Amino acid sequence: MPAADGRTPARRAAPTPCEAKPFMLRFIIRRSLQMIPTLLAVVLIIFVIFSVVPGSFISSLMAEGRNVMNAEVLAHLNEQFGLDKPLPVRLWDYLWGLAHFDLGISYRTREPVWNVIEPRLWPSIKLALTAMAFAAAVGIPLGFLAALKPGSVFDTGTMMLAVSGLSVPEFWLGLLLMYVFALQLGLLPSFGYQPGSIRHIILPAIALGVSPMALLARTTRAGVLDVMNADFVRTARAKGLSEPRLVRAHVTRNVLVLVLTTLGLQIGSLMGQAIVIEKLFSWPGIGSLLVDSVATRDIPVVQGTVIVIVLWFLVINMLVDVAYAAIDPRIKVT
Amino acid sequence: MLTRLGLIAALALGTATAAWAQDATPKDGGKFVFVAPYGNAITSLDITATPHTQDEIVGKAINRSLYKWNPESGKPELDLAESVTVSDDGKTYTYKLKDATFHNGDKLDADDVIWSYNRLADPKKALPGAEQMLQIAGVAEYQAGKADHISGLKKIDDRTVEITVINLANPGWNLMSNYAPIYSKDYPEDQLASKPNGLGPFKLANYVPGSKVELVKFDNFFEKGKPHLDKLDIMLMGEAPARDVAFRNGEIDANVLGPVQYEAYTQDAALKDHILEVAEVYTRNIGFNPKIEAFKDKRVRQAINYAINKDLIVEKLLKNKAYPAVSWLPISSPAFDKNAKPYAYDPEKAKELLKEAGFETGLKFSVTATSNESWGLPIVEAIIPMLAKVGVTVTTDPVENSVLSDKILSDNFESFIWSNSSGPDPLKYLTCFYSKTPQNACNYVKFNNADFDKLIDQAGNETDPAKQNDILRQANNLLEEEAPVWFFNYNKAVMAYQPWVHGLKPNAMELAIQDYEDIWIDDSAPASRK
Repeated sequence: MPAADGRTPARRAAPTPCEAKPFMLRFIIRRSLQMIPTLLAVVLIIFVIFSVVPGSFISSLMAEGRNVMNAEVLAHLNEQFGLDKPLPVRLWDYLWGLAHFDLGISYRTREPVWNVIEPRLWPSIKLALTAMAFAAAVGIPLGFLAALKPGSVFDTGTMMLAVSGLSVPEFWLGLLLMYVFALQLGLLPSFGYQPGSIRHIILPAIALGVSPMALLARTTRAGVLDVMNADFVRTARAKGLSEPRLVRAHVTRNVLVLVLTTLGLQIGSLMGQAIVIEKLFSWPGIGSLLVDSVATRDIPVVQGTVIVIVLWFLVINMLVDVAYAAIDPRIKVT
Repeated sequence: MLTRLGLIAALALGTATAAWAQDATPKDGGKFVFVAPYGNAITSLDITATPHTQDEIVGKAINRSLYKWNPESGKPELDLAESVTVSDDGKTYTYKLKDATFHNGDKLDADDVIWSYNRLADPKKALPGAEQMLQIAGVAEYQAGKADHISGLKKIDDRTVEITVINLANPGWNLMSNYAPIYSKDYPEDQLASKPNGLGPFKLANYVPGSKVELVKFDNFFEKGKPHLDKLDIMLMGEAPARDVAFRNGEIDANVLGPVQYEAYTQDAALKDHILEVAEVYTRNIGFNPKIEAFKDKRVRQAINYAINKDLIVEKLLKNKAYPAVSWLPISSPAFDKNAKPYAYDPEKAKELLKEAGFETGLKFSVTATSNESWGLPIVEAIIPMLAKVGVTVTTDPVENSVLSDKILSDNFESFIWSNSSGPDPLKYLTCFYSKTPQNACNYVKFNNADFDKLIDQAGNETDPAKQNDILRQANNLLEEEAPVWFFNYNKAVMAYQPWVHGLKPNAMELAIQDYEDIWIDDSAPASRK
């Protein structure tokens, strides 16, 4: 926010890099340690939820109603995965493993959980980052331009687009994109994943990025309008600063913190939000893995996946906090 | 109804014949892009570790079993064995193995068969395929820890293996299972899930978990001249609308259709000529739990069958992508009675039966159901007003798939709606209603009828297939009379395929499971397939 004397905060004396480094390191270490209780709470919640909800991994094996399974086999599976043990023992075993960076064994694939999650990680990150890049590249300029001409046709049109973007169901939007760009225009593949292929990521990234794009456009517009009406901007204008310079030097920097906050929250949550899009486009990400694992009650994979999603959210937010300090020297990371 | 069934059978046969007729001169080369439509992932590339159809679609390309299912004859036939001789008592089978090679170059021998079956039955490994081993003599002792190997398996020489079974049933019904393949005894077990090593026509080239499986032709496949294709891609696509766009866009070569798409495709001039249909061996039903007092009375169960207009539901909700059921065994079953008549829609008769049973003033029960469009909540919602007309109040108990099976296996339901296997082996699937079959095996409705048991016992001891079918036909008709379930429909599986695709078969066991080695593409295929 602007300083009381009307000077832009950007001009205040910033800490030198040497001063900032120990603070930053301390901040990162402290925030990393703070993640531990959050992760523990998440693990406990998942454990409790899946111990009370009906259905089990064993019953999921019979869910198709097709293959009859031998009762002996089912009993041995229960034993093999420790499902016959009391809940507190299972929880302790899991936490003990976790303390040793062991996420356990997947009930379904009988592989270490990390082996199941790892191939899904990069496609998910790639999709989330591409979707966010699209959202930022379109949403921020749109919001900025709309705010510079409030009440204009462009402003109204942009905000209508933003509201539509926020309200349109992702599944429907994805299908629409498939129909137009794959089936009618034949420009892009309608589904699938090819490592290194840009063509395959365009449609799912747009479908996933439209909602954050709309949110960014609205947030940016609101932020810019707020700053444009601030005292320090009025003072700068009175001093004869040209409009382009005013926007570039004073407005942009002050809006960035707000934009960055929205951006960070959106990137953090996109990995979890991508479930529908991943399913629709056969994108091999964390989201579709989570859904499949919940449906089959593959609890170790559910827990591992949720831990990864929560970690991603926490790390992104920590990075955003660090970025605040770089953008706005008034904000200190302590 | 009979005319309708006849017409249906003729249509199915006609479609099948049309598909096969194009297959006169197979052409080698090219790529077939198939779909696995039951989800966006597979569980494992080791088919013995999973009981899911989605995995079977991939496993069928990579592995081979001792027997295979022949969709044309509707019977199991030898696959990895070139001949078999049966002992006079009908319980010892001696197989001469084919000259077959595993993907890693190992040669198939008798030890591989013995090792694979011991592994499948090993209780410590807890593999779903253990179910298929139960007919082999000595498995019970092996599983109980009283023996360190299966006594009913014997190596005669490198290419000859002897299998002794405990009853007179053809072991082919069990040993044809895609979940019971033959693996190389020398191949590391811990690599089976990531680098499978089978005897099938295709070997793994690339696997992207959650997206696709890419396979390439195995040049040393034991059937000479096959497979025809150079490459086989299996896309893991659980979303029907996405498959629809991909199929219409030519990105996939075949698409398994649901009811809505079935209606749209059959009305589309560009698509309707390349549709394969088959009556699959799954019976959709509402199972009645006899722990509910009313369901102990046969008249109540019959009344429910009379009170529901299933033809209307099949037509309006399922868009005719199903065959109204007569009894338990499906149309394609050799023991299906073509002269049997299904329960007619007769609300007055239903009221009369309910009155006789003492439920004139009303009856109330819940149906545990998933959201499945063909055998779930939409169907229950359709029958609610029909049953209300005869004084029966139905409520819904909505659950997800794994909860449905959990509730059924733990006897925690009043009634359920499900789709269950009812073939191809009529004896095996009618035995699900045998009184000694536990509820958590497949006697979900705890059916107990002495006459029915007697017929099953007789059929089990009958070696003449015609006589056995006759007995099973009687058992199936008795089941219809007893109505332990509401007989709803038999699934009609439908697959659309691109005009350049040939060799697809109307597999009644599961249409999405294809003999990939017989599939080929012609010159009209786009460049991306050549």
